[in-house]
Order: sequence, then structure tokens, then C-alpha cells
Amino acid sequence: MTISREDIEKVAVLARIRLDEEQIPALENDLGNILSLVDQLSAADTNNVEPLAHPLDAVQRLRADEVTETNQREAFQAIAPATESGLYLVPRVIE
Amino acid sequence: MHNKSVAELSRELESGKISSVELTREFLDRIKAEDRQYNSFITVTEDQALADAKTADEQRAAGKASVWTGVPFAHKDIFCTNGVATTCGSKMLANFVPPYDATVTANFRAAGAVCLGKTNMDEFAMGSSNESSFFGAVTNPWGLGNGEKRVPGGSSGGSAAAIAARLVPAATATDTGGSIRQPAALCGVTGLKPTYGRVSRYGMIAFASSLDQGGTMARTAEDNALMLNVMAGFDPKDSTCVDRAVPDYTATLNEPLKGLRIGLPKEYFSDQLSPAMEQQVRNAVKEYEKLGATVKEVSLPHAKLAIAAYYVIAPAEASANLSRFDGVRYGYRCDNPKDLNDLYTRTRAEGFGGEVKRRILVGTYALSAGYFDAYYLKAQKVRRLIQQDFVNAFNEVDVLMSPVTPSPAFVQGEKTSDPVTMYLEDVFTIAVNLAGVPAMSVPAGFVDGLPVGLQIIGNYFEEARLLNAAHQYQQVTDWHQKLPQ
Repeated sequence: MTISREDIEKVAVLARIRLDEEQIPALENDLGNILSLVDQLSAADTNNVEPLAHPLDAVQRLRADEVTETNQREAFQAIAPATESGLYLVPRVIE
Repeated sequence: MHNKSVAELSRELESGKISSVELTREFLDRIKAEDRQYNSFITVTEDQALADAKTADEQRAAGKASVWTGVPFAHKDIFCTNGVATTCGSKMLANFVPPYDATVTANFRAAGAVCLGKTNMDEFAMGSSNESSFFGAVTNPWGLGNGEKRVPGGSSGGSAAAIAARLVPAATATDTGGSIRQPAALCGVTGLKPTYGRVSRYGMIAFASSLDQGGTMARTAEDNALMLNVMAGFDPKDSTCVDRAVPDYTATLNEPLKGLRIGLPKEYFSDQLSPAMEQQVRNAVKEYEKLGATVKEVSLPHAKLAIAAYYVIAPAEASANLSRFDGVRYGYRCDNPKDLNDLYTRTRAEGFGGEVKRRILVGTYALSAGYFDAYYLKAQKVRRLIQQDFVNAFNEVDVLMSPVTPSPAFVQGEKTSDPVTMYLEDVFTIAVNLAGVPAMSVPAGFVDGLPVGLQIIGNYFEEARLLNAAHQYQQVTDWHQKLPQ
């Protein structure tokens, strides 16, 4: 199994990870090896097999629609890289 | 005192022979004097520990002590600790001080245990050697006497090494594909990965949410039972936690093993296993026969597909979980981002290490349009086949026994050049996580002076049976008492 340079660049964009040019050959090799390992799955007969998402086949639990959390904005924002007036700061998005 | 188990230390405290402050001081001094050679701790919380020890002594004097009151231990640095740095072994979280406690953290706090600090780990729990930590590799105390720097296993390598070196009597750990059992095996300590959903994942930094499970590590099975008594239980804050009564795991430790039905999965005694390792595991099984157990061969026919299924499911879930690290709300942020996309992509490029990035890319690929059915859905179907193998085996036997690893602790750097070589380290442990059943690693001998682990796998929620089996074995063997030279 091989993975192309284009695939790696596309996936890196989707994953929001910047890659430098010199990292790509090693990634082609490593990801290709991982996908070859994973390709063993294609040999398994999975006709009529239900996918398993939770080992105990549990389903999402619902709770009563009540407010249980108190507002801790200041505590949470105290560890943020940049805030102002209770807002998180990011580079300008709209000119 | 540092050679004593949690159970013994608890009795010493109760008898008044030693105070928690003295005990805490002793372990802190050991960490200070010795951890330079192991690097098993990322953070040591000396002042907080001594303050907590003082409180514990006061509680004990007031007659309000539980088993854990005043007993020192450590947390893997994946469990959020209110006010104490929680790094997950990553540059991304090197500056992260959580404003809340994980449920596991809160439980130990409520029990009065004294946390000495946070143990080293592979970055975001991704690794089998503890070499991917941003805070440096951990060195296994075993082999160091011969001048060899061997890996402690991973990802909970700091917890395992610290216990083996007697820097702490017990430590929390987590296991997504073997991250409790493999380091426990390589460091000669006893570890337990509970049933998926038995221990709350709230505040335990997520890697692969359908596989991650918090668990226990200590020298003895009895101490693991004491830890699980504190950790297990329903938590409404974890949507996959199971609402089911928690037994007292120490109550059944002394049950006789007569009639215990042991299955040996033939796929786990394959040519991947070195003959010397196999001999140690078979010797351990013989001990169980002496204790009255019966042994038969069983089969897990799909086990050979476990690594392949895992390396789709775990990276896919990791790619989703780790998307939260964006440089906006907490954790690392790159300098001078020129726009929002630059903020995201450079923060993540600079904040994550190589293995974490590889897994995010693989997971993103497996979940991307056109590949989802072929990879993720296919892997989930194979996962059900693997689970069914365990269900079938447990119709015939009570527990399964096998090696934990194909070989003992390897030398640092030996497996870092090829990720797939490292992945194969977990060949005997990964299927357990896919099925969600509980399993232990118990010290069961040595090969070339390095510890060997016996894996005991149980049916869903049969942690008490595993602990009982491990405890009885530890009454007739002393592998778990051996000290690294």
C-alpha cells in the first residue's frame, strides 16, 4: 500500500497540521507502512457483521434537561493564550 | 518503608509507627535522589504532598481514616489535577494547569491518599516505549545495573518505572492498546486494565475514546484491588461509564483457585514469542495447576487482525479527539500567527510530536471521504469478530493466560526508526482493548535478568476474579518482590 504525496498534503490540510517539504518523504514511507499493516483487514470476511462502536453496545445516555454547571468563565479563560473582555482572541477573520 | 506495599503502609500508619508526613518525606527524598536516572516523573508536587500528608495525619488522629488516608501514590500525567500541571507528555500541554479534577483524581483525594506528583508517559499515550514524551524518555530500572538503558514500556512507563524503583508504592495508569500491561510487564510490577466503562474517563485526557480505560499499577495484586476500590464506579460525567455495582475487590482475594478453568489462546503462543519467554509463561501456568486450576487450549481466530483494526480505530478517534488542540482556549499557541489558519496549522505542527502527528494523519485519512467504509467501518466490523472470539472463549473457560509481550524490555532507540515495529510490541495486548474485557499483567519470572509478565484476561466485569487469581499466585511466588539491581 502506498500513499501519494498529494494524499499526504490533502490530509495535512484537513488535519490542520502544517508540513514542511522535507518531512513529506519520511511520512510517505511511514504512513505507507502503516496502511500496509492495516490492509490485512481486507482479507477478513465481514459480510453480515454489525460494526462495533462500544464494547458493551451501550447507547448514549440521556439526562434531565437541567442546569448542572456553574459559570466558571474566569477560571477557564485564565489559562487561555489570549483573551479580552471575556472573549478568546484569534487573528482577524473578517476584514 | 519504601519497600512496603500500600496495604502494609496503611497498617503502619494505622498502628502509629510512622506518620504520613514522615512517609511522604521518605518517598519525596527518594524521588529527589534517584529519579534523575529514570526520569519517571514530569512534575513532583512536594509542598502540596506534605500539606496533604499533614491533613491526613490529623484525620487519622481524629479517627476518620480510610485505608488510603496518608498513603503516598502518583498519577499518570494524563489525569487532570486541579491547580497542578497536566501535560499528557506533550509540548501542546506543557503549560496546561487544569481548573478541575478528573473523577479518578477526585476519588483519590476524597480517600485521603497523598499524591506525590505526575508520572511521565508517551505523548498523548501514543507509544510502547515512553520515548515519545516531550519531557524525555524514561529509563527502566531493570538492566540499568548492567549499564543498559532499556525502555520501561509505554505509554504508562513513568508509573511502572517509578513503582519498580520504589519511588512510589502505587500509581494510576491508562490502557488503550496495552499501555498498562506492557510497561507493568517490562518493569516487573502488577497492573490491571479494567473492563471498558468500569472507571470514569472524565478528566482523563482522551486518545481513543472507545478504547481508553483508566486502571491501576502497584507491586502486588492486593494493592491493585485497593486502588480499584477507589477508582471504579459510575460517573454521570462520562457518557460511556457503566452504572453497575462495585464489589469490594479485596474481599475475594483469598478465594481458593480450585477448579479455575484456564484457557491458553494458541494464537498467543506463536513463533513471535521467544522460547525463553514462553518457558516462563508456561511455568506460571504450571503454578496455577498446582493451585487446582485446569488448563486447556482455546482459540481466538481473529486475534491476528487486532493490530490492523486498532491502527484504524485508534488513530481515527485520536484525530477527532485531538482536533480540540487549536491554540485558542488552552495549551500551546505558536508565536505571531498571521491568520487563523496559520494559528491552527503552526500551533499543531509545533505542539505535537512526530508519532502524534503520524496518527492524526492516518486517522484523518481513514475518516476522509471515500475511505470511511473501507477503513473505519471495516475495522469496526473486524472489532466485533474479535469481541466474539472472547465471548466464545469465555463460554469454555474462566480466564485466559498468555504472555504480555513477545520479548523483555528492549534497549532505548532500538524500535524508534519504524513505527510499525513499535506497534507489534502490543501484539498480545491490543485485542483485549478492542473487546473491552479486563486484563492484568503479573510478574512471572525473568529472561536475561529482565522481568516477564503473565497476562490474565477475564470476562466482562470480572476484575475481582483476575485480582484473586493474581493474588493467589503471588502467595506462592515472589517475582513481584524482586528488586532491580
